[in-house]
Amino acid sequence: MRASLKGEMEMKIADKFEELKEKKEAALITYICAGDPDIESTKDIVYALEKGGADIIELGLPFSDPVADGPVIQAASVRAIQNGMDTDSYFKLISDLETDIPLVCMTYYNLVYAHGIKEFVSDCAKSGICGLIIPDLPVEEAGELIAESREKGVANIFMVTPNTPADRIEKVSQNTSGFIYVVPRMGVTGGKTELGESLKVQLDGIKSNKPKAVGFGISTKEQAEEAVKDGADGVIVGSALVNIVASGDNVLERIESLTRDIKSGCKKA
Amino acid sequence: MKGYYGKYGGQFVPELLMPALEELDREYEKMRSDKKFQDELDYLLKDFGGRPTPLYHAPNLSQKYGIKIYLKREDLVHGGAHKLNNALGQALLAKHMGKKRIVAETGAGQHGTATAMAAARLGMEATVYMGAKDVERQKMNVYRMELMGTEVIPVETGSKTLKDAINEAMRDWVTNVKDTHYLIGSVVGPHPYPMIVRDFQSVIGKEARKQILEKEGKLPDSIVACTGGGSNAMGIFHPFIKDDVDLFAVEAGGKELKEGATVAYHSASLCEGKEGILHGAHTKVLQNKDGQILESTSISAGLDYAGVGPELAYLVNIGRLKPRYITDDMAVNAFNELSRKEGIIPALESSHAVGYVLENAKSGELGETVIINLSGRGDKDLESLIKRRDGNENS
Repeated sequence: MRASLKGEMEMKIADKFEELKEKKEAALITYICAGDPDIESTKDIVYALEKGGADIIELGLPFSDPVADGPVIQAASVRAIQNGMDTDSYFKLISDLETDIPLVCMTYYNLVYAHGIKEFVSDCAKSGICGLIIPDLPVEEAGELIAESREKGVANIFMVTPNTPADRIEKVSQNTSGFIYVVPRMGVTGGKTELGESLKVQLDGIKSNKPKAVGFGISTKEQAEEAVKDGADGVIVGSALVNIVASGDNVLERIESLTRDIKSGCKKA
Repeated sequence: MKGYYGKYGGQFVPELLMPALEELDREYEKMRSDKKFQDELDYLLKDFGGRPTPLYHAPNLSQKYGIKIYLKREDLVHGGAHKLNNALGQALLAKHMGKKRIVAETGAGQHGTATAMAAARLGMEATVYMGAKDVERQKMNVYRMELMGTEVIPVETGSKTLKDAINEAMRDWVTNVKDTHYLIGSVVGPHPYPMIVRDFQSVIGKEARKQILEKEGKLPDSIVACTGGGSNAMGIFHPFIKDDVDLFAVEAGGKELKEGATVAYHSASLCEGKEGILHGAHTKVLQNKDGQILESTSISAGLDYAGVGPELAYLVNIGRLKPRYITDDMAVNAFNELSRKEGIIPALESSHAVGYVLENAKSGELGETVIINLSGRGDKDLESLIKRRDGNENS
């Protein structure tokens, strides 16, 4: 991807949500782990996601100790690291990708810290990363990262969970750019989540005009429909896709087809 | 900022845990000055836990090594290690908070055992995560936990040791945070844990201070404690921080002080670690250039950890605490020496502290009077030491 002007990266996410709003669609945000099983496959998987209709792609930069992730993404992280994925290869991979879809980096704070916060954000902007999700970095500890990200025009996506009290929701919403990552249940990534009335209540409780995307345990078209009906502006799918990668069986075709299927559940009424 | 020791500490955790940490912080502050809570804890420590523990003058070692060596006998606490001090405190706190269930990690199994004892005594449900490698080398403690009604879950991910057990315990806590308390066993993790665990373990240092003044009429020249996460070390050091007493934190030097691509052949985070974030805190961490956490190595499961408590990292940085290390072999020598000379079989963890004193007694660095925190007893280590002796090392 080409380097961007200041602010352009962050705007790519906002523009995407605007564009979809006009089309009466919610965004399908897909997660895969970069370098799982290897760098070349990741490129092909990104293109399969694009063909299937993904609107935003999260590329995980794998960490040895991913405490917010369930077994599926943990295993993917191990495979990727064993096959040589590291921070420099990650940014090279992002630079090499030929896609206009907004790309978001999901990783853990120690990798950002070890690379240098300023340099990490700068490498994000240079390589074509539009936003950052760091699940072990609450807003209270994120001051330096937010300042650097604002400077470079990279979005900071923070999470709201079912137990986040109203005053924290406000703090998280204010500090978030790009979209608010809404976790509909307690726990780690993967598994299966029952959506229902509680999601509607949770989404209604987030008083912000920023887009809200729901993720953790979303793997089917029906769940996407349910989340969109409850008011989600986007749905995030991760472990279900990573499972396909792990199977090694007809990966690209199945990734594309699952993406297309879930995207068909993203129509707004 | 809240929960910081200089630049170390903080709360680097998933959003799901932030409300739980705030609740814990608030409730702990209440209980800290609640006389009824403190009386109940004192009673349990005394009549259930066997406190106070003696400060024992080791005459044979002292004579052989030429300095006056005292042992703070935490090996005599119920369960065989200092871990009960914190487990009782936190379990009681959790009960006051209305939590029904406790989840914990364990390395050597001593914290898991202490948690199992506290949970059984207070009528709470407990689940303990333990690295599969540690389950293998500390079988006796697994049996003990199960006997007391605790569920032990072996962790097969990563290095299959303490770091991975903490990851799993955190994942469990994230999922069940509503009715579950995470009973962290060391001065690690996000604020307020490093503070809470230090406070509950400070009973060691408070007793030792009083005892040495009674016996010697003055403070010791130095205090030596083994350090993995650092709970026994912070526990004995804390009441002496403002005194003119040298403090030595002895880490596991393992096989050698080298690092590979994914493995450190030691567990010496204070001596060799770099600035980083692990398990919720900014501290010193064994990691590669990208920040991937290295698998640590030590003969002692309880010290086999890639991080260390943030307050210890801070004390090292300001020059108040001297970080040192002892290799596996030196620790085993100390284990044998203390057993033979004094009739006390130390835990392999504590053997690192003993080893440092034996190796350096004659250098003058420790002064004339030293207290070693004998953090635990060695019964749990006999099986792996017999295997090692017979050339079938399993560590």
